[in-house]
Amino acid sequence: MKPDMSVEIGSLKLRNPVITASGTFGYGEEFKDYLNLEEIGAIITKGLSLKPRAGNPTPRIVETPAGMLNAIGLQNVGVDAFIEKKTPFLRTISTPAIVNLFGNTIEEYAELASRLEQVPEVAGIEVNISCPNVKQGGIVFGTDPKAAATVVRAVRSETTKPLIVKLSPNVTDVVEMAVACAEAQADALSLINTLTGMAVDLRTRRPVLANVTGGLSGPAIKPVALRMVWQVAKAVTLPVIGIGGIMNATDALEFILAGATAIQVGTANFLDPAAAGIIAREMEQYLAENGIAAIGELRGALQV
Amino acid sequence: MLFKSMVLSNHEVSPGYYRMRVTAPPELLSASPGQFVMVKVRDSIDPLLRRPFGIFDIGVLPAAYDGGCEQVYLEMLYKVVGKGTAMMATLHNGDVLDFLAPLGNGFRMGNPQGEKVLVGGGIGLAPLYFLAKKLVENSKVRLFIGGRTREDILCVTEFERLGIETYVSTDDGTLGACGLVTEVMERHLTEDGGDKTIFSCGPMPMLQAVADIARRRSIACQVSLEAHMACGMGACLGCVVKGSEHGDSHPDYRCVCKEGPVFNFQQLMWV
Ligand SMILES: Cc1cc2nc3c(=O)[nH]c(=O)nc-3n(C[C@H](O)[C@H](O)[C@H](O)COP(=O)(O)OP(=O)(O)OC[C@H]3O[C@@H](n4cnc5c(N)ncnc54)[C@H](O)[C@@H]3O)c2cc1C
Ligand SMILES: Cc1cc2nc3c(=O)[nH]c(=O)nc-3n(C[C@H](O)[C@H](O)[C@H](O)COP(=O)(O)O)c2cc1C
Ligand code: FES
Repeated sequence: MKPDMSVEIGSLKLRNPVITASGTFGYGEEFKDYLNLEEIGAIITKGLSLKPRAGNPTPRIVETPAGMLNAIGLQNVGVDAFIEKKTPFLRTISTPAIVNLFGNTIEEYAELASRLEQVPEVAGIEVNISCPNVKQGGIVFGTDPKAAATVVRAVRSETTKPLIVKLSPNVTDVVEMAVACAEAQADALSLINTLTGMAVDLRTRRPVLANVTGGLSGPAIKPVALRMVWQVAKAVTLPVIGIGGIMNATDALEFILAGATAIQVGTANFLDPAAAGIIAREMEQYLAENGIAAIGELRGALQV
Repeated sequence: MLFKSMVLSNHEVSPGYYRMRVTAPPELLSASPGQFVMVKVRDSIDPLLRRPFGIFDIGVLPAAYDGGCEQVYLEMLYKVVGKGTAMMATLHNGDVLDFLAPLGNGFRMGNPQGEKVLVGGGIGLAPLYFLAKKLVENSKVRLFIGGRTREDILCVTEFERLGIETYVSTDDGTLGACGLVTEVMERHLTEDGGDKTIFSCGPMPMLQAVADIARRRSIACQVSLEAHMACGMGACLGCVVKGSEHGDSHPDYRCVCKEGPVFNFQQLMWV
């Protein structure tokens, strides 16, 4: 019998738990020649802001052992161009598209959510809180539970769509952040965003990235991500979406065992543009081979 | 397209420079000069990302025996500079590599009547051979090739065999003229404007000088750029360069992988 791979993220029903991570899958269309988009659970689009954003100077990426640092600087087309140019393609697929958004003020987050509320192609919202609050001396929203909760409440009041909050790992206590966002009426939590890091070039005695620091992703961060997902899943009742270094079905299933309802595939899309589809298929195969009727049976089944 | 290839040969053509031939699917025959490939050097998480390389040549090997199949091949010319290329240099016949190709926009051939001037610096020569092979079918082609020293001058005989007039220069004078390739080229460009096109690939300062000459002398010019890449398909936005309209208030970033790697020099912002 075919195992039941479907999962629910708030009111959003996904055919399987495999979602593509923001910033690693463009707007979906870029990948249509490489994988059947109908094979994956959902797509999360590149971080979106109210106005178009230029992003950082180059070099923006550098490889590090089993990982990569990126300092793209959230370059994106802005909400108007997104609605005009990117939604027509999203309409042609049945796979839900979740929009990842960010702002530099609470008001920007709220306005963006309200603009997207009217857009039928947007199946859900993922709020990136790993951004500096320009009105509060640039402190990152995602590192202060009160600021994070304020963002979530502001977005919540403007949207009826499923609301996911994406947590930053660059905090002392991720559980405290998770609880604050849950209390502010998020529908789900996704974690982790990238870990801040840097690379140095001994020859030039300069940082490799023009931005000096960047976000670490890829297999190198998987142990940290697993630990955080496990801690958060124990502490909240909301669905948790695991992200960080997932390269194959084994990695993905480890996150489900640690308590994740769904998972996101990020850096792996760069190595193999068909990765998300392969991971979904191989997860299902694992269930079938091991006589597991539904993916939910593995969720949080870690024996500690 | 994603495909696996088998190494057919991989040898050092000059100290630190290798030429690798691998099997390729027939679809690759429609790739155009200037497009590139992304190679997964090893099926492991380190090195993690694919490495971008130009297409040095694509061709067809005749069937090895009566009734056998023709075999399409792809060649890369590469310089060992770090972890990934060092691993590539250790590969042997029969080893398997994973490719994402062909990617990006190649050179536009232009009007066949016009003269084609190829300018390569060091390993920047790599995409120019496949281009030259196509161009000589219909056009007059000259090649200017430069490097720091004689060991950086690669595959000259291959170009000469195509009947291309080739001018070599080195910074230290160990081979050909002593000086910069752009100086040599400029000396040999007798007239401004006209129905000429420059095609160039090499280090940024060289491309900058080439673009200067093209602007001053009103010559059409296409350049092929390098950038650090993660995806090679327009998804990560890691590989951007500044476009000609770029300004702080009106950013104009172009993806090298998707909009390039070949650009008309006027599309770019030169410092
Ligand atoms: C479109 C394009 C075509 C290219 N064609 C050729 C070619 O035909 N022959 C050739 O020898 N080289 C070519 N290069 C450069 C080649 O990609 C790098 O030399 C190679 O990636 C270095 O890998 P490494 O692991 O040995 O070096 P490392 O320094 O260990 O690499 C670390 C990271 O930096 C990146 N990187 C390092 N140098 C470069 C560079 N110059 N350009 C882009 N990324 C870099 C790597 O891809 C990797 O992600 C091309 C680059 C681009 C963008
Ligand atoms: C190039 C790149 C761009 C990214 N852009 C965004 C973004 O715009 N918004 C966001 O919330 N996360 C962004 N991320 C973070 C990823 O969505 C993901 O959380 C992170 O890469 C960890 O997962 P991975 O190890 O599977 O890549 C980006 C990551 C990379 C590598
Ligand atoms: S390499 Fe990813 S966008 Fe060009």
